[in-house]
Formats: sequence, C-alpha cells, structure tokens
Amino acid sequence: MLEIRDLHVRVDEREVLKGIDLTIARGEVHAVMGPNGSGKSTLAYALAGRDGYEVTGGTVRYRGADLLALSIEERAREGLFLAFQYPVEIPGVAGTTFLRAAVNARRRHRGERELDAMQFVKFVREKQAELNIPDDMLKRPVNVGFSGGEKKRNEVFQMALLEPTFAVLDETDSGLDIDALKMVANGVNALREPARSMLVITHYQRLLDYIVPDRVHVLAHGRIVKSGGRELALELEREGYGALTAAEAA
Amino acid sequence: MSAVDAAAETVEALGESGYKYGFVTDIESDTAPKGLDEEIVRFISAKKGDPEWLLDWRLKAYRLWERQQDEEPRWAKVSYPPIDYQDAYYYSAPKSVDRPKSLEEVDPELLATYEKLGIPLHEQEMLAGVAVDAVFDSVSVATTFKGELEKAGVLFCSISEAVEKYPELVRRYLGSVVPYSDNFYATLNSAVFTDGSFVYVPEGVRCPMELSTYFRINAANTGQFERTLIVADKGSYVSYLEGCTAPMRDEHQLHAAVVELVALDDAEIKYSTVQNWYPGDEEGRGGIYNFVTKRGACRGSRSRISWTQVETGSAITWKYPSCILQGDHSVGEFYSIAITNNRQQADTGTKMLHVGRDTRSTIVSKGISAGRAQSTYRGLVRMQGKAESARNFTQCDSLLIGDKCGAHTVPYIEVRNRSAKVEHEATTSKISDDQMDYCRQRGMSAEEAVALIVNGFCKEVLQELPMEFAVEAQKLVGLSLEGSVG
Repeated sequence: MLEIRDLHVRVDEREVLKGIDLTIARGEVHAVMGPNGSGKSTLAYALAGRDGYEVTGGTVRYRGADLLALSIEERAREGLFLAFQYPVEIPGVAGTTFLRAAVNARRRHRGERELDAMQFVKFVREKQAELNIPDDMLKRPVNVGFSGGEKKRNEVFQMALLEPTFAVLDETDSGLDIDALKMVANGVNALREPARSMLVITHYQRLLDYIVPDRVHVLAHGRIVKSGGRELALELEREGYGALTAAEAA
Repeated sequence: MSAVDAAAETVEALGESGYKYGFVTDIESDTAPKGLDEEIVRFISAKKGDPEWLLDWRLKAYRLWERQQDEEPRWAKVSYPPIDYQDAYYYSAPKSVDRPKSLEEVDPELLATYEKLGIPLHEQEMLAGVAVDAVFDSVSVATTFKGELEKAGVLFCSISEAVEKYPELVRRYLGSVVPYSDNFYATLNSAVFTDGSFVYVPEGVRCPMELSTYFRINAANTGQFERTLIVADKGSYVSYLEGCTAPMRDEHQLHAAVVELVALDDAEIKYSTVQNWYPGDEEGRGGIYNFVTKRGACRGSRSRISWTQVETGSAITWKYPSCILQGDHSVGEFYSIAITNNRQQADTGTKMLHVGRDTRSTIVSKGISAGRAQSTYRGLVRMQGKAESARNFTQCDSLLIGDKCGAHTVPYIEVRNRSAKVEHEATTSKISDDQMDYCRQRGMSAEEAVALIVNGFCKEVLQELPMEFAVEAQKLVGLSLEGSVG
C-alpha cells in the first residue's frame, strides 16, 4: 500500500525528517509515536502534500505509483485522507456543503455521477447514525464553535464519508477526554477493513488501547529509531521516550 | 451633410428665438453624431417622443452638467484616465453594424463562461449581442407574465412607454428621489437617458412574481444611460431583479444609470442586482466604467426598502444604493458583495439617511479583493435631529486573496439625535493556507476551495437574494475569482 524510502523533508530551511523508511501493507494499521518535535506531524503533512513541506530526498510509493508527484488534492482523490490535528474553521460554509463538495470531488475523479443535495442527504444519513453525528453538527459552519471532541469526531466522520484507502490520523486523540477518545476510536475501528490501511500518529499510548495497531514505530530526531509490535507502545509507556531517544542521540 | 451640420444651419437661420421652439433635426437618423450638446439632447428627446415637460427637464439637466463639466467627482478611491465626454455617442439605435452575426463570431472565452453558468442558448445569443430577429420561446412566456401582471394591476414597462402611457405618474415621481442636480453622473443621465424600466404597484397589491425572468428577456438592449423608476403604493410589495450573472458585452465604456425607488405607507421594495459587466482584461484594459446613482425613498410610515447587490464586473464601480428613511418606523437595508479581481476598482457602499422617528437600517457589506484589485466600502449613516430612537447596524467585512490587492473601509457617521443608536463592526481577513489545504486535502481543487470559502464569507448577503438568483450568484462568485490563486 505505502512504501516510504529514505524520506528527507525540510521545513523552513530546517531538515526535520532525516531519512524515514516505512512500509505499510494493505489492511494494516501502523502507529507512529514520538516526543514533541520529533517530526510526527511533518511526516503526516509531507504525505498529504502540504505546501511548505519540501521533500529533499527519498521516495514514497502509494499503490505502486509515485505519491510525491501528485498535488495535495490529487492525493486526496486517490484515496489518501488526513485527519488534521487542528481541524480548520471555515466560517459560513455549512458542514453538508463542505462534505458534498469533498465527496463529489472524489466521485468525479472516479468517473462516478455527482450526488445532488437530496441524494447526498440520504448517503450521509447512513454514516451519521454509525458515528452518532447529530444533524445540527452538519448544519453549522465547518468546525466553527466546535468543541475539541466535536472537531475530532467530525474528522473521523469525514473519513467515513470519503472512504479512503489510506488514512493518516494526526494526533486524533489530543485534547480529548476519555469518553470522546472512545467514541473517536470506535469510529476509526469501524472503518478498519482489509482494503484500508492507516497510519495513526500519537504522543500517548492511551489511544492504542482502543485502536490496536499491527506495528508501532518510534520517531525521534527525524528518524525511526525503533519498530515493533503492539508491546513496544506499552514499553514506551513504562520507560518513557528518554531511553530510546538518548540512545539514538549518542 | 450630416444631421448636425444640417441642424446647425437651421439653427443659424432661425436665430435665437427660433432655436427655442422651432428646433428641427433629422429624427429619421439612427445615430446621433459624437459628442454632447443641447442639440443632441433635443435629438434624443425628439427620438423618444418626449412631452415638453420632459424635454425641459432634460435641458435643465444638460445646462447644469455643462456648467460643472470640470467637476467630475474625484473623492472615490478609483483612478482612471480622464473621460472625454465629447468623444462618445449618446444616442444610437440598437442595431449596430459590428454585432456578431452568430455565436460562432463571439469570443469563445465568453461562451465558455455562459456554458459554466448554464445559460440557455437563445439567452446566450441575446447577451452576446448577436443580431437575431428570431422569436424565442421565451417571448410567449413573457407575454403570459405580462397578462398576469395586468390582472394584478401592476404597471411594468420601459420608461419611454411609461412617459407616453402614464405621464402623470412619471411626472410626479421622476427626479423626486434623485433630482437632476444630484450629482455629476445623475445630471448627465437626466439629460440623455434613453432606456430603463418603470414599475408601479398599486395600493395593497403584492406583485405576483419577481420581476426578473421577464426583465432578463426584456433587457436585450440595455442602455448606457438607464433610468429606472419603481413606485410602490400604500401597502404594496414588489421584488425586482436587475442584471444578470452572465457577463454582458457592450461597446459603451461609460455607464451612468439612475434608479429611483419610492415606497409609500407600509409598502416594501426589494431590489436585487447582479452586475457582471465586462471588467477589462488582466491589465484592466477595455472594462466598463460603472457610475451609478441608486436611491430609495421610504416616504411612508413603516415602509421598507432593501437593496441587495452582487457586484463582480466592471473595471470601475462607483455606486452607493441609498435609503432616505422619511416615514416613521421605516426600514432601510443594504446587503452587498463586491468582488474585484485583476485590475478592477470598486468604491461602493450606501447612505442611510434617518429622518423619521424609530427608523431602522442594516448594512452588511462583504468586499473581496484578489489580484491587484482595490475595493473600498464607503458608507454614510446620518441620524437627523428628528430621528428619535433611530437605529443602525453596520457590518463591513473584507477578504483579501493574495498580497497585491487592497481593501478599505470608509464609514461616515453623523448623529444629531441623542436617542439614536449606531453600531459599526468591521473585519479584514485573508483566506488562510490552512483553510485552502484543508479543502484541498478533501479533494477540492484550489479554485473550488476559494469559491467555497468566499461563498461562505458572503453567505449573509447571498441568502438575501431571491432563490433562483442566489444559485446563479454562488456560481458567479466562484467564476469571478478564477485564476486568483496560483
């Protein structure tokens, strides 16, 4: 599904990622953990293709094609989804309007007929029930006045509607209380399926109690310093990042 | 010998006294020669078959205009080379020679825009100025509408027809809101206006339809100096839609229209405009100069006038649809979206003059600038001495796209009554990279993202438009900003 080889990324003249290697197979869920400033979000943004995240070396193959050659929207239309750490407010634009534009952009890309307002409402209804999204949230302007939990639930809801093949969740657990965390995790778990891979970026192992990953990677100083199974997360929880990152620096 | 030369000779032969009453000119001619003088005004008046009072009015306007020729308003934040008023035509019959003969001769870019807006083919021909005499299906639709309006007693026709058929009404109200002496462009318009609409809604009548579709069909030959007069008698209601989302081709660069609205007791007029005149090329060459005077008088108690405008076209827009709130408890509203891209310049806003007690006004202005455009909101709120408990709320929001454009807000507030209340809010924002990336990460193109964000920014104004217009206007907002993000 995704094959990252020796990826170097520069942000504001500073090299943040210094050679990342990571392979995620079809249907797998990988977690990337690491202390603040280790380059976790940079990895997410570089994969999504945001401006300002300059790839200076390495390759990324996505479903056999060169991901880095695509623009941010082309990557999205090819099924790459990023759940933002800080979902953006768009005043005046109702949730449904935004979502319909997004869903139709993908449908156009796949040569499918666009959904009109009525068809879209029907399409959304099904998914809404699954994620416990009230109508009110879709009528309000995108993310405006949303609580932290609502914003993150809205991200997972968008993910459900857009049915990505590869999803990056950037600190989707940050700022959530335990109930909101469970709700978001349940939403994500409901979307796990053999044809969909995920990269879950988190600072805390707590999220991984609910979204159980196939592999865990530790990122420090722009490199993956250790990879392992689910137990690696628990080990980190016990011992902290200190031991690992210190070893790397030395 | 040209018409003017002939006329000049006649004038000389008749001498001063003969000139006044016995002016003769060749009214068979379709086009008046270039330039503007008293003869041309008389020529136009004769062409339109004006009654004497109207000719006198035009002449008064012309003489005033002539005296103030060097006093063109210069206070607006727009710049353009001086206009040579003697180098323009003030009257030409609709059938101009250089019209395209079919859509194949029309600028393909213009056609592409029509396509995007979903304009039906026959309307495309009309808008592009194709010289077609074919009878469209829509003409019969128009006739049906006309029948319905007549049944309701609503008078709706061209201003020339109104002068002929309803001279009393026209004479009573023409110039009563925007006098011929009002301002440079209104004075010019008063002297030479040739086209425009007239609406009269009788007492207690709710106009059974938006005066729109009909108008669109009717507007095939929109003049350079339009004059529109709408009178809503006691307790009546009318919604009037002007303009069109499709870019209009016009060979005249200077436009100076006047619109007058009169609302009597308990009457309501809703006037919506979508203006999309040719803005010129990327360097601003060849665009329309749009100098418009629009004003409504809420003469009666509890009357209401609401202006909604979406301004996307023209190289220069100079326009301040205003309300004179004379009647007690009357209400004035101004909702505006002004989009400027490339080299466009817009200086637009409103005037709310509170005269009566308990009068209320609301101003919501959304200015969007992209490219190298300059957009200015200029608005006056005046609470006169007798405007007890009058209230105004103003909100001016500016959105900038890119870093080479400008947005300016110039509010004038005059309060002469202690019980009056005036609120002014203003914001300036930019479309952020985060917003763009968020939309694009969801699969939208940069242009779709801008259209979506800008439509959200304009929402409060768009929702004031009649439904059918609102959908078109939303598309237009997106189209106007194409190419504004790279």
